[in-house]
Amino acid sequence: MHTLSIKELSDGLRAKKFSSRELTEHFLKRIDAHDGQINSYITVTAERALKQADAADARLARDGAHLLTGIPLAQKDIFCTLGVRTSCASKMLDSFIAPYDATIVQKLHLDAGMVMLGKCNMDEFAMGSSNETSHYGAVKNPWDLERVPGGSSGGSVAAVAAGLAPVATATDTGGSIRQPASLTGLTGIKPTYGRVSRFGMIAFASSLDQAGVVARTAEDAAYVLQAMSGFDPLDSTSIERPVDDLVAGLGDSIKGLKIGLPKEYFADGLADGVRDKVMAAVKTLEGLGAVISEVSLPNSPLSVPTYYVVAPAEASSNLARFDGVRYGHRADGVKTLEQLYKRSRGEGFGAEVQRRIMVGTYVLSHGYYDAYYLQAQKVRKLIYEDFKRAFEGVDLLLGPTATDVAFRLGANADDPVAMYLNDIYTIAANLAGIPAMSVNCGFVDGLPVGLQLMGNFFSEAKLLNVAHQFQQATDFHRQTPAAFA
Amino acid sequence: MAYDTTTWEVVIGLEVHCQLLTHSKIFSGAATAYGAAPNTQADGVTLGLPGVLPVLNKTALEYAVKFGLAIDAKIAERCVFARKHYFYPDLPKGYQISQYELPIVYEGHLDVELDGADGKQVKRIGITRAHMEEDAGKSLHEGYVGQSGIDLNRAGTPLIEIVSEPDIRSAAEAVAYLKKLHQLVVYLGVCDGNMQEGSFRCDANVSVRKRGETKFGTRTETKNVNSFRYVEKAIEFEIERQIDVIESGGRIVQETRLFDPGTGETRSMRTKEDANDYRYFPDPDLLPVVVTAADIERVRATMPELPEAKKARFIEQYQLPAYDAWVLTSEQALADYYEQVVRESKAEAKLCANWVITDLLGGLNKAGKSIAESPIDAIQLAGMIARIADKTISGKIAKDVFEAMMAGEGSADDIIQAKGLVQITDESAIVAVIDEIMAKNPAQLEQFRSGKDKLFGFFVGQVMKATQGKANPDAVNRLLKEKLSG
Repeated sequence: MHTLSIKELSDGLRAKKFSSRELTEHFLKRIDAHDGQINSYITVTAERALKQADAADARLARDGAHLLTGIPLAQKDIFCTLGVRTSCASKMLDSFIAPYDATIVQKLHLDAGMVMLGKCNMDEFAMGSSNETSHYGAVKNPWDLERVPGGSSGGSVAAVAAGLAPVATATDTGGSIRQPASLTGLTGIKPTYGRVSRFGMIAFASSLDQAGVVARTAEDAAYVLQAMSGFDPLDSTSIERPVDDLVAGLGDSIKGLKIGLPKEYFADGLADGVRDKVMAAVKTLEGLGAVISEVSLPNSPLSVPTYYVVAPAEASSNLARFDGVRYGHRADGVKTLEQLYKRSRGEGFGAEVQRRIMVGTYVLSHGYYDAYYLQAQKVRKLIYEDFKRAFEGVDLLLGPTATDVAFRLGANADDPVAMYLNDIYTIAANLAGIPAMSVNCGFVDGLPVGLQLMGNFFSEAKLLNVAHQFQQATDFHRQTPAAFA
Repeated sequence: MAYDTTTWEVVIGLEVHCQLLTHSKIFSGAATAYGAAPNTQADGVTLGLPGVLPVLNKTALEYAVKFGLAIDAKIAERCVFARKHYFYPDLPKGYQISQYELPIVYEGHLDVELDGADGKQVKRIGITRAHMEEDAGKSLHEGYVGQSGIDLNRAGTPLIEIVSEPDIRSAAEAVAYLKKLHQLVVYLGVCDGNMQEGSFRCDANVSVRKRGETKFGTRTETKNVNSFRYVEKAIEFEIERQIDVIESGGRIVQETRLFDPGTGETRSMRTKEDANDYRYFPDPDLLPVVVTAADIERVRATMPELPEAKKARFIEQYQLPAYDAWVLTSEQALADYYEQVVRESKAEAKLCANWVITDLLGGLNKAGKSIAESPIDAIQLAGMIARIADKTISGKIAKDVFEAMMAGEGSADDIIQAKGLVQITDESAIVAVIDEIMAKNPAQLEQFRSGKDKLFGFFVGQVMKATQGKANPDAVNRLLKEKLSG
């Protein structure tokens, strides 16, 4: 059952080949048996999942079930879930039981009737590219347990790659959906900024954060993203615009589709093996009728430094609410208010989170704001204009998702800048707010390689169809790590 | 003024925090009512829970625009919310959502009558800006041993912070400006103006300089002076303190000071050195607010008649002296009361004004009551004035009727009836009384007739006494003159 697609699961439930309870029990058993090896879940909500499954079975027996009713899903532990610990993988929120549901939790579970298996591990407050900053320990890559799954949505991708969930939610601030999807051979999509509500998603960098999906196929991702998307009056940055049908266009021909290859994405720093696989994928798409050309995003090299001003600045502000006063970790034995703040935050936040809070505080400080934050905002506009220009000539942009395949656990532990450069190809889409996704396009030494597609605003349907066409022509997405067959 | 105004010039700028009278908070649906049990009006957004997001209250925006129009200010086509960071337990997010570089209202002004009444000496005080922001909660330090309580009911209440130019030159001008501003926001219906409950709070920036000096002196900011009287006292104290420091060779330190109502003094709270770096930046959770010309016109259509216009209309329509019009338009509720009295009594407008200003306001003032709490409503007062107009009672008797009405003894007609206060207008009855008085007082009559005119008053008094004041005074005067002259 854990290798079936969302469509097959939906059909199977309707044809009564299996019930939602059986399906849910199957995944819970697999989590029990295998998650010890990869640590992809922080909290498994077995009891609640079975209750939801029973409710789904009842709903399926009546009329009015959603296409996703009864299908299990894993939630990244960044989304607030009523009555369930929502930790953001931080000691700070280890004791935090969310008193409300995020809008996407409402949409997926209450509205669509999906079953929540549990809350997935991640980098602490989504800050990291290897899932090594989690308070609950590192997540292992199911393709090689010595390697990282990428981050920050490392738990989400590991769970799906290992067959411990059919699909999972994830979030992407600078590549946190696409880079882990790339490193674990999955399909991950970050939609247009404002397409999916951020209400109830614990903020890292508000102007960059966007929720999305990791799945085995573009088709699976399309079904779930469809159910998550839409305007939310509780999120002022959510966009009031009807959601396109993401599924209907899967199967459209891509003949004549103009795909641009940004030359900056194939420059030095890209591993040869990855380059070969990506170029092979380009050939495949060309074979399907796509028209390939080279384009330039001249400000690309500025993405990483720009991001590492904007994101920490917003993070330093967003994380100010974790002060030990109302909820979350509070240090013992404090005598003064200042001690309460310093010790609660010093104990509650891990090293990477503290580093980013300090960087962010610095760039917003009096006398530095103009030189850093304001300057970064200007560059951000240039990066957006690069894309705007590029999309005047092509429909989509294509390149690698990450510079290389999954690296070994601990490999970048002492070098934050090397770690930050992992996101060199993914960050620009967040800075510009455009949708982007990663699709498995082959393997190097048994490790998956990701192909990145970037589209103009609200081109999710187009992106998903190109990925779907590619997956119809290839079988990379069908391969699963042997240890978790 | 205790300082030498020929040597020293005072420069004052005021920052007023004005709570907007919306039902819900500026960025969430939680209620804003004052006085609820602690933390019963704190929803997820107010508490700053992880993952929550702010959504701007449209009414708060509308009120800010309304205020901007009332002070003839510019309304920003595009304004931006910014985060102002500092850690304090009653500030749940670790930042306050405020406006920094692009406020909603800028470059306005208020014309203030410095001598109060007749509007002859008017000074224009510039208003630099008015920006929207959220209020903080309250820290409660009493009643908890070794701990502090936090009440977040007030957190997230919409405020506008109104910043004046440093145009104010004395404590008296500061108070005149504040009173005018207070009157305006209450008139507009954007603030309840309750200073005790903190709906209208003032911080005063004060500096002094030698006359002729073009540069401003170093200023201090005195926080949260919560009554007009305290503002005056705090500023006066601060002026004298600063002059003393400078005259004894010292320098003023830029600092925040706190006014102590108990001692009437200000004391240092924190200096510039330990001031926070607020690290303002545009709030990425809120899009820039765009206000179109059509939005502004929509708000303009809801503007009530403002004090200036109302005063002018009262002078014109009711032929009132400027002073009367000024008093009667000082509060919307009072102006409404007065207009109702005129309408219902159908009496002369000036007569109505006299009764409202002298008797009603005097009485309320003595009882410490507001116009809303008046024991006599406008219809009741109109009923009494109508009885004066139709000569049922004299003006003098009316004073007694009014007192009885204030004491809650019923309507004017009931009281006139019960106490038999109907005026005696029957001239034969009055003549009979005059005859009797003349007969009883032959000596006085003799003296009057031999030229002691002053005794006329004696006879009037005797007649009024004999009729318990009910005789029509005009008739008494006329008839007495006839009879006394023989």
